[in-house]
Amino acid sequence: MIALLLILVPLLSGIITFFIKKEEGARTWSLLSAIATFIIAIIGFTCYSNTAALSFKAHWMGILNSSFSLSADGMGAMLCMLTGISFPLIFVSTWNTVYKKAHNFLGLMLLAQAGLMGVFLAMDALLFYFFWELALIPVYFICSQWGGEKRIKITFKFFIYTFIGSLLMLVGILYIYSKTNSFDITAFYNSNLPLKEQMWVFWLFFLAFAIKMPIFPFHTWQPDAYEQSPTAATMVLSGIMVKMGVLGLLRWLLPVLPLASFSWGDTVSTMAVIGIVYASLIAFQQDDMKRLVAYSSIAHIGLMCVAVFAENKSALQGTMIQMFSHGINILGMWIIVEIIERKFGTRKMSELGGIAKTAPVLTIFFFIIAFANIALPLTNAFIGEFLMFNGILGVNPQISKYGIPLAVTAGLGIILGAVYTLKMARKVFLGETNSLTEQGTDIVFHEKAILGIIAVTIIVAGVYPQPLLHSFEDITNSILHKSDVLHLLKPAKH
Amino acid sequence: MNALVLSAILGVVMMFSGVVFQKNAPIKTTGIIAMILLFLANCMEMRGIRFFKFDVSGFMAFDSYALFFNGIAIFATLIYLLITSSQMEKVGKNFADYLALIFFIIAGITITTSFKSLLTLFLGIEIISIPLYILTGADKKNLKSNEAALKYFLMGSFSTGIMLMGIALIYGSQGTFTIDKMNFTVAAKSTLHIAGMLFLLFAMSFKASVAPFHFWTPDVYDGAPTVFTSFMATIVKAAVFVGFVRLFGGAFGKLEDTWSIWVAIMIAATLFVGNITAVFQQSVKRMLSYSSIAQAGFLLFGVYAMNDAAREGLLIYSAAYCLATIGIFAVLSKMTDYSFEGFNGLAKHQPVLAFTTTICLLSLAGIPLTAGFLGKFYMLKAAIMTGQHLWLVIFAVVMAAVSVYYYFRVIQAMYFKEGPVQSVAASSFEKYTLIAVCVLIILLGIFPGTFLGWLYF
Repeated sequence: MIALLLILVPLLSGIITFFIKKEEGARTWSLLSAIATFIIAIIGFTCYSNTAALSFKAHWMGILNSSFSLSADGMGAMLCMLTGISFPLIFVSTWNTVYKKAHNFLGLMLLAQAGLMGVFLAMDALLFYFFWELALIPVYFICSQWGGEKRIKITFKFFIYTFIGSLLMLVGILYIYSKTNSFDITAFYNSNLPLKEQMWVFWLFFLAFAIKMPIFPFHTWQPDAYEQSPTAATMVLSGIMVKMGVLGLLRWLLPVLPLASFSWGDTVSTMAVIGIVYASLIAFQQDDMKRLVAYSSIAHIGLMCVAVFAENKSALQGTMIQMFSHGINILGMWIIVEIIERKFGTRKMSELGGIAKTAPVLTIFFFIIAFANIALPLTNAFIGEFLMFNGILGVNPQISKYGIPLAVTAGLGIILGAVYTLKMARKVFLGETNSLTEQGTDIVFHEKAILGIIAVTIIVAGVYPQPLLHSFEDITNSILHKSDVLHLLKPAKH
Repeated sequence: MNALVLSAILGVVMMFSGVVFQKNAPIKTTGIIAMILLFLANCMEMRGIRFFKFDVSGFMAFDSYALFFNGIAIFATLIYLLITSSQMEKVGKNFADYLALIFFIIAGITITTSFKSLLTLFLGIEIISIPLYILTGADKKNLKSNEAALKYFLMGSFSTGIMLMGIALIYGSQGTFTIDKMNFTVAAKSTLHIAGMLFLLFAMSFKASVAPFHFWTPDVYDGAPTVFTSFMATIVKAAVFVGFVRLFGGAFGKLEDTWSIWVAIMIAATLFVGNITAVFQQSVKRMLSYSSIAQAGFLLFGVYAMNDAAREGLLIYSAAYCLATIGIFAVLSKMTDYSFEGFNGLAKHQPVLAFTTTICLLSLAGIPLTAGFLGKFYMLKAAIMTGQHLWLVIFAVVMAAVSVYYYFRVIQAMYFKEGPVQSVAASSFEKYTLIAVCVLIILLGIFPGTFLGWLYF
């Protein structure tokens, strides 16, 4: 029931929001709905082991053997909670941003939330595809209508990219369906396609996920889309939507096509590592804060991709916890960028400087988030990155011989990450004030509150990650069990 | 049978209604009531109630598949009349005759969907085509319309000739026109037969505007009065495809290895030509005619795959495609400027029209939660189930993504750009009908089970 509510509450309240023409009313209504969803998500997370409460199954398309089947495992519950916590924070942080026809904007945001929840919970391939698209379409409308100057062209590119990915995934889903005759996830897990078929079905799925995440060289839509979208949509895109791709890898790719994931693992990891270094180098060159954060996001996501294909417990646990951490950290980053942009009317680092003098509280929060972004110990990202590197270095040599080169190159990305993040800190917050930043004031109460929540989450998850890690235990084991290639290959050798 | 006989009778009735009534309004009412009667008569036949009992066993078979498709076609025509009949009045003075011709076309459709003999197929196709030639030229004073009609007629006659030639060759090799009596074992694979089959393939491809036999389509669709274009591009086209599937699935199914590769190549060519040329169009009407070629590519999967999924998919695809295209052409007939710029800012001035267009375009593009997605889904499923030529499926998917490009240009223009009012206001009745179409499209997309359930009555 909880699983169904997580989708229904935002869906219905989103539709209602379209009809609340008064801006204040629409804002309050959507915030209340988001908080309600968050509370449901917390309840869901605390009882994640109680599968009966978190599952829902109903008749849907009987003729196709597809059912409306939802369920939350540890990973699903965590991602729902991330979605749940993000939306109230997004709504509060953009409370003062003026939108034309705010009720439509907020309605679409809530619809996107419903789609995201569906993606994280769907246990039926066709349903997964439905929600995958449902999450995308509202974002298309949001970005095209409320974005920056070049929004129409850029969003269009983003839409076509992701749509082509989704359609290829649909072909993949249908291909497996033609063998299993059911869309149920367990039927997919038991499909056991021969290696030859897995080898190319892999790419049908992987392209969809890679475009969404995005992984080099399928990332070209991302920096432009992040830059041109309204910040609230950027937060959804980068904080939550990219996790759809990672979730896809973990839930739909590795266990369904284990042999192909093993065979293509090194290729994909290499692509991701190239992406990490490349994106970090470009991030270093950026003057626009939004673009810098966008490129840094490519680097962070790339690392998750490498870790997924290392296929061991440490790496997978790291990936899962990093999904949560990255969501929180990048949300914090965007909130700060949004505040700065609203205060000074620019995102260009060259025009800013010395904000620490006029806005000390904002600066403190920025540094906490920035340290989390470069994965300093005591922050949440440290736990994730540590586990991931540990996993990549300790990769079973039968799975990949390139653990050390991959880890070393990816590590370069971490160092570069520190360089560009600190460069941003120095240029924007430290140094002398100029005529533009002199007038700045510090942040107000509700901004302090949301940044406070983010900072507390960062530190708590960094110091005491055990509850999170514990909740991933089962799902990690089950993924590893289903994608245990060495075990699968053994009988073939005899 | 009910629908066939009644539509022919009602066609004559409509012709005389023009003599009896002086004004258009009663004619329109008669037409709509007649269409509802026709629909009910068809539904009754689905339940086993037959009004007419002629022995047509050698020529036609009114099986549930044909009846179901007839139901879709008649229902779509009903919606079409409800939305666009006011536009039809503006084409010329002979309003009653246009309606009569539409009824005759329905009669042709019922024959095409249920033929058992090649001669009946020929009859059906011709009964569909000849009224269409007239409707294309209905706007008598418009040169473009005249040119389109002439072009359509000449090309159509040519393809009729090819079709007859094909039928003659098959008769020569088989000694019969009746499909059931033909001998399709591989031993019967004579050159004569294969040649006849290919001629039929080409002729049907022409009627269904499949590449490389599509050249007439954009000019004819562009030249014909917009109201009739929407009829031609949707209901008629879908009916031709049902005939196509019956012919190649039922009659030539056992010789699949000879023609399936040709159909596969034709699908690829149709998708490519339709989509790529649609991208470069400046007028929405022309874009829609090229996109209808592209949609024909997807419909052709029904011919290619020839399994249960394909047969069901053809019905769903036709229903989805007819609804969406009728909806969007209804909006188009309200526009004064057919270019993409003409749609600028439509959402502000005519929110209902813009909303309808959006839903219809989303459906045509195959976005989930709409009927169009389900249609595409079924076609892809059918193609994958055959287990061969997977490149074709992937190619189709890439082309579907291309189609998003031109469909979404209209949505962009309506919602994200500013512009002056370029449209005539729709009446509230038309608005409600359009909204009903949208609701149907979405319901069909979310709960296809109910719709499909009827298939197995």
